[in-house]
Amino acid sequence: MSNKIAVQVDDLTVAYNYKPVLWDIDLEIPEGVLMAIVGPNGAGKSTLIKSILGILKPIAGSVSIYGKSYNKQRSLVAYVPQKGSVDWDFPTTALDVVMMGTYGSLGWIKRPRQKQKKAALEALEKVGMLPFKNRQISQLSGGQQQRIFLARALVQDASIYFMDEPFQGVDATTEIAIINILKELRKAGKTVIVVHHDLQTVPEYFDWVTFLNVKKIATGPVKDIFNDDNLTKTYGINYKVSIQE
Amino acid sequence: MDIREYFSLVFSDYTLRTITLGTAILGAVTGMLGSFAVLRKQSLLGDAISHAALPGIAISFLITGTKDSNTLLLGALVSGLIGTFWIRGIITKTHLKSDTALGLILSLFFGFGMLLLTFIQKQPNANQAGLDKYLFGQAATLVESDVWMMAGVTGICLFVLLLFWKEFKILLFDKDYAKTLGFNTKTIDILITSFIVLAIVLGLQTVGVVLMSAMLLAPAAAARQWTNSLATMVFLAALFGAFSGVFGTAISASQNNLSTGPVIVLVAAVFVFVSFIFSPSRGLLFKQIRFIKNRRDLQLHKTLAFMYNIAETHDDISHPHEIKILNNFQGFTKGTLKKLVEKNYVTLEGSTWSLTNEGFKSASNLYNQLTKNDE
Repeated sequence: MSNKIAVQVDDLTVAYNYKPVLWDIDLEIPEGVLMAIVGPNGAGKSTLIKSILGILKPIAGSVSIYGKSYNKQRSLVAYVPQKGSVDWDFPTTALDVVMMGTYGSLGWIKRPRQKQKKAALEALEKVGMLPFKNRQISQLSGGQQQRIFLARALVQDASIYFMDEPFQGVDATTEIAIINILKELRKAGKTVIVVHHDLQTVPEYFDWVTFLNVKKIATGPVKDIFNDDNLTKTYGINYKVSIQE
Repeated sequence: MDIREYFSLVFSDYTLRTITLGTAILGAVTGMLGSFAVLRKQSLLGDAISHAALPGIAISFLITGTKDSNTLLLGALVSGLIGTFWIRGIITKTHLKSDTALGLILSLFFGFGMLLLTFIQKQPNANQAGLDKYLFGQAATLVESDVWMMAGVTGICLFVLLLFWKEFKILLFDKDYAKTLGFNTKTIDILITSFIVLAIVLGLQTVGVVLMSAMLLAPAAAARQWTNSLATMVFLAALFGAFSGVFGTAISASQNNLSTGPVIVLVAAVFVFVSFIFSPSRGLLFKQIRFIKNRRDLQLHKTLAFMYNIAETHDDISHPHEIKILNNFQGFTKGTLKKLVEKNYVTLEGSTWSLTNEGFKSASNLYNQLTKNDE
């Protein structure tokens, strides 16, 4: 971890219709952390990521990636959306989906070539999905689909990775495979930001955490702020962290 | 004229050739673009667009007073586009769901169009007759310039499709992701939608407002059954669409009283029907066959495993047992026993059965695999 700020969010407020989903969020994410965003359902975790990535338009506030706007820095950022956000019956193959990760660097009109294909195959290899490269995506299991999404982000070769619930609905083997890749990314100096649901695994997987429930409750190193106090503030119930003892 | 006569005439007869070419091109372009509508789950959009085009036809007749098809279709295009973007607006700006927005605009525009049509019909003007052909279409009115126009639009459409293939694909599959990569998804979206509107408007003269959406959806739905590749799907949809056009025209031309539009749509429906049943990977027939075969195999394995458990308790694996014992096992039928004999796993003697060596070996493998999987 360095002293550089990878992602900075200032006064971010987002609303669907009238109800605010995120309220006045200030957030600084240091370079090189593996950070979990936790909070109850409807806390705005996905919304926060989507607003940072420019998918949603905030009502107020600004976001910067290494000091500049997202539009200028998008080549530094990769995104793993929620698995359920796409139609897996779409007529395409695993390799083809991973290739989509190269579309951003290609820009308009240009077609992927041998170089892009090679990068996609390498990413498939990394997530252990190379044998399935020609498989129609609807014939993959949930865990395999998640790995394909991860591979697609790896192809982008970014500095900052945003992931929306990458562990949702995957089996233990896939979970371990994914977390190992995330830790590798951190080792390589990348910043990884993950919307996470399973509080039990936070101290084991992550070194940085943000508590979110419409407002930002707390953000910082897991060892300092992952405690009953913040959990109670975020989830509104008296939450005991049993794993830490 | 029978069908054979038609096909011998199609190359020499000018009118027949024009109509056939027109319907074939129309089928191809709507099939191609229909693939995108189907994959975006916007199947109903085509229906709304074609109905929304009707008032445009009427208004452009009222303004210009001509029945020139290009002028009228220009009006159709404008009102089709207005309808489409109105639907988009309703969906993004209000709480209404897309089906509500589609239904609303469809009936509103169609109602207004019908009103204008009846108004025009009451006018003391001999020129108005025939405007109602746009309701169900009349392929016989196609002339060479119409076909050129269709060919031109199809050409442009194909060019844009090939040029922005990658952008279209990523928008269809994962719009948000495309946005994070820096693609202006709104532009791509508008491009696709505009082409769909254009294709629909082109078909109004031939197939008509009411049935046009079938031209968009049927070839695409049929094509989806045969392939898992987007490119192949688009190609097949174009092919199915073109064939529907040709066969539909052939059938309607050989039976004098059948109007072309509905026949084309019915031919396209036959493509859908056949594809839904006979497609090897997604078709109902093969799915059912695979299902039954799997069940049979499983039943056979269960019976064999049951026999294995009994035979295992004896030193001699081929020791004969009463068939009656098998009745304790629910999955047992005479059919399965016969199959096991055919496979040479079991021999029968009177009312007793015994496992063969081969049967014992295959059963023990089965058994090992099962217990291994359980762990």
